[in-house]
Amino acid sequence: MQLDAKIPSGPIAEKWTRHQFDMKLVNPANKRKYKVIVVGTGLAGGAAAATMGELGYNVEAFTFHDSPRRAHSIAAQGGINAAKNYQGDGDSVYRLFYDTVKGGDFRSREANVHRLAELSLNIIDQAVAQGVPFAREYGGLLANRSFGGAQVSRTFYARGQTGQQLLLGAYQALERQIAAGTVTMHNRAEMLDLIVVDGRARGIVTRHMVTGKIEAHMADAVMLGTGGYSNVFFLSTNAMGCNVTSAWRAHKRGAGFANPCFTQIHPTCIPQSGEYQSKLTLMSESLRNDGRIWVPAKAGDTRPAAQIPEAERDYYLERIYPSFGNLSPRDIASRRAKEMVDAGHGIGPMRNGVFLDFADAIERLGRDVVSERYGNLFEMYAKITGENPYEVPMRIYPAPHYTMGGLWVDYNLETTVPGLFSIGEANFSDHGANRLGASALMQGLADGYFIAPLTVGNYLAAAPREPMDAEHPAAQAVVREVEETQARLLGIQGSRTVDSIHMELGRIMWDHCGMARNAEGLRKALEEIPRLRQEFWENVRVPGSAATLNQSLEKAGRVADFLEFAETMCHDALTRDESCGGHFREEHVTEDGEARRDDENFAHAAVWEFRGVGEAPIRHQEPLTFDHVPLSQRSYK
Amino acid sequence: MDLTLHVWRQETSSASGSFQTYKAAGVSDSMSFLDMLDLVNERITRDGGDPIAFEHDCREGICGSCGMVINGIAHGPHKMTTACQLHMRSFSDGDEIWIEPWRAKAFPVLKDLVVERAAFDRIIQAGGYISVRTGSAPDANAIAVPKPDADLAFDAAACIGCGACVAACPNASAMLFTAAKAAHLSYVPQGQTERLGRAAAMVMTHDEEGFGNCTNHGACQEVCPKGISVNYISRLNRDLLKATLTGISVG
Ligand SMILES: Cc1cc2nc3c(=O)[nH]c(=O)nc-3n(C[C@H](O)[C@H](O)[C@H](O)COP(=O)(O)OP(=O)(O)OC[C@H]3O[C@@H](n4cnc5c(N)ncnc54)[C@H](O)[C@@H]3O)c2cc1C
Ligand code: SF4
Ligand code: FES
Repeated sequence: MQLDAKIPSGPIAEKWTRHQFDMKLVNPANKRKYKVIVVGTGLAGGAAAATMGELGYNVEAFTFHDSPRRAHSIAAQGGINAAKNYQGDGDSVYRLFYDTVKGGDFRSREANVHRLAELSLNIIDQAVAQGVPFAREYGGLLANRSFGGAQVSRTFYARGQTGQQLLLGAYQALERQIAAGTVTMHNRAEMLDLIVVDGRARGIVTRHMVTGKIEAHMADAVMLGTGGYSNVFFLSTNAMGCNVTSAWRAHKRGAGFANPCFTQIHPTCIPQSGEYQSKLTLMSESLRNDGRIWVPAKAGDTRPAAQIPEAERDYYLERIYPSFGNLSPRDIASRRAKEMVDAGHGIGPMRNGVFLDFADAIERLGRDVVSERYGNLFEMYAKITGENPYEVPMRIYPAPHYTMGGLWVDYNLETTVPGLFSIGEANFSDHGANRLGASALMQGLADGYFIAPLTVGNYLAAAPREPMDAEHPAAQAVVREVEETQARLLGIQGSRTVDSIHMELGRIMWDHCGMARNAEGLRKALEEIPRLRQEFWENVRVPGSAATLNQSLEKAGRVADFLEFAETMCHDALTRDESCGGHFREEHVTEDGEARRDDENFAHAAVWEFRGVGEAPIRHQEPLTFDHVPLSQRSYK
Repeated sequence: MDLTLHVWRQETSSASGSFQTYKAAGVSDSMSFLDMLDLVNERITRDGGDPIAFEHDCREGICGSCGMVINGIAHGPHKMTTACQLHMRSFSDGDEIWIEPWRAKAFPVLKDLVVERAAFDRIIQAGGYISVRTGSAPDANAIAVPKPDADLAFDAAACIGCGACVAACPNASAMLFTAAKAAHLSYVPQGQTERLGRAAAMVMTHDEEGFGNCTNHGACQEVCPKGISVNYISRLNRDLLKATLTGISVG
């Protein structure tokens, strides 16, 4: 596997500008002749499909949802970063770049991150022009807030519904192109495999989720914007349909998978309330701007919050990290919460949470201001828990939330399979080992609106154009494989439901490859996963038929892929014998209990090559160099 | 608690459907309505049956996927609450619950509780956007937007496209949905140029899709989980009138 990051030459601030000039252009008259498949129409895919359509390419877009407006991006609450410096508080492209590299714990590519920071400016302009109703100040200009570990106010937001409003902007741009005939939209179409012909990505195989029809679709280039894989943990804040299928299938067809063990656990979610829960709900971390996190200082203290006097509370983040306090980065805030709960300080009926308390904020700002800032989040919390956060502190606990790992891509967002591009959360992205809050929306939109449409054009301009139809033997072979897999799933008729196996996988992953990992646990997981996978293929029960709307079959396919992927994730966590960002190896801690990186041996992206199900994959490395942000131990004290 | 469910089962669009009865035993207060359905589906599956199909994804009241009529009310008994955000503490032991899909000509049933809402996308295609090419936007702060307008735009933009308004309307009209998008774009300066044409085009497509006329019943606003106001329908109608008077046609 060749890993050439293709980073353009020149000073970091000029790389993207120069590269844009150096890239080849497709003659406008020819654009329509090129067909581009975009899988996934969330922020990344929706923006890319709309923009490619606008540029004149012949775009076919696919989503398993009934409409592009349902993509998981819709659920993002807190906001989107941009280095606009509208607040005049010292922000700049360079500062956003710097913060992102450092926040990612030095496991991302400097050149990509700088480009992301540059493009952050254009994203806000674009969204506002589309009518995205960002929060504004009384003078009518855009408002900002500071978010998750940033010391400047660079986060743009639309109440607690930023993702919704940005997605609707992209969705509307996409629908406009659909109406114009430049984009053909395939809703309720799930990609189940990738078609590679002569070493290039040439198409995909999909299943129509109502008719069950399996079809091959051919193109000159394929883009995957299919989101993240947090649902490998079963319980996560991701929407129920989020999956690893398209990325995993691409991986099995030759695309390197980078840093699968880099997952982010979000510190502020509502703790699990019972056995039968299917997903966890995130409370935007913007709440940490005004809420104070604490636990009872004495382990095992079961008194209600109101009866615990000030002196017997431990505001542990403020205590350990005096300068960042409640705004410490996600990985740190999560880990510290776990430590508190593990040490017996947990609160709530299942003793599985910590308090997030707004009493001081309400006293300082008044209930109206607090309600203006967080009203909808408070309502959501009250609906779920039956408790009123204006009166009793919220209960929160970390939960799997975001995946920094993903398909390896070069500077052009192209995977190791020529003609296959990956954008948004699906790629291994710009966030290194830890993503900063409000940076995923930014990355998805930078990839979708501004990067991929140009780099895919550059690829098309140079690629040999050989029209190919779905009857091509290579395409039909993949169609048959997909049909066989389905028939197999439906034929087992065992005694276990898909969910019960998914839940069991989730538990293995949470226990051994979750917030804290160690070699022993990971080795154990590597024994348990193949056993569970075997149990699945021998004993799962998938009711119904292949030729109808069959939600159990859809789930079964996704869980089958998670069961393979999970193993690679554990291999990655085991071989990355250091702690960094969200990857916390218990064997590697500093005296203060922080993650201890090993830059000498691990300043690289680990890129996995598939060898076969159950076979150990091959680990490749893309070395990372840091010329601008000096390698340093993160310190948020 | 133990409940009795009467659920609409229908195999395909063309099949005829009927209510089937299921026991939901051992349901806890803290479960969401959809967790409860998951539980029932697990049992149906283990017993060799075909689980109840229902649409859902975010389970946070924001994606608009879920939607079902619960005891005669779209999204169930709680105001401003989607089916996925409804929790079982709203029910009591021994309750009987009737669960049906949205019913509207423009929303054909695909299976059980799943309906096809692609007509909403086509209404957006007709004009529910601002025509701006990627990369051609001026600086975001070049145009100030008065905060009250921005807030109104946001209130209208909060629509999640769930379709409850259609399900609740005696005419199966989608005017609340249509008006919410038109209003959102009409409150921001960027949306002015296309405003009247947008209104005319969106309403024309609304009618062509087979949604009924709005007769100011107000049932839509009652069930809307995002509190979208019927006032937006008046605003849309005013724009529509202006479009007609100024001779703006839909081409
Ligand atoms: C609760 C929550 C809150 C968040 N808040 C923030 C925030 O405040 N700020 C921030 O920056 N980030 C936030 N994030 C992260 C951010 O929302 C996501 O990382 C981002 O939206 C992902 O966008 P995407 O376009 O890559 O993927 P998605 O939006 O997940 O889109 C994936 C698309 O792929 C399609 N798809 C997937 N698989 C297939 C397949 N096999 N076949 C066909 N189609 C497929 C889906 O239908 C969908 O259209 C949050 C995440 C969560 C979970
Ligand atoms: S107007 Fe309300 S009820 Fe209708 S689709 Fe939008 S959110 Fe749903
Ligand atoms: S599942 Fe998303 S709104 Fe209910």
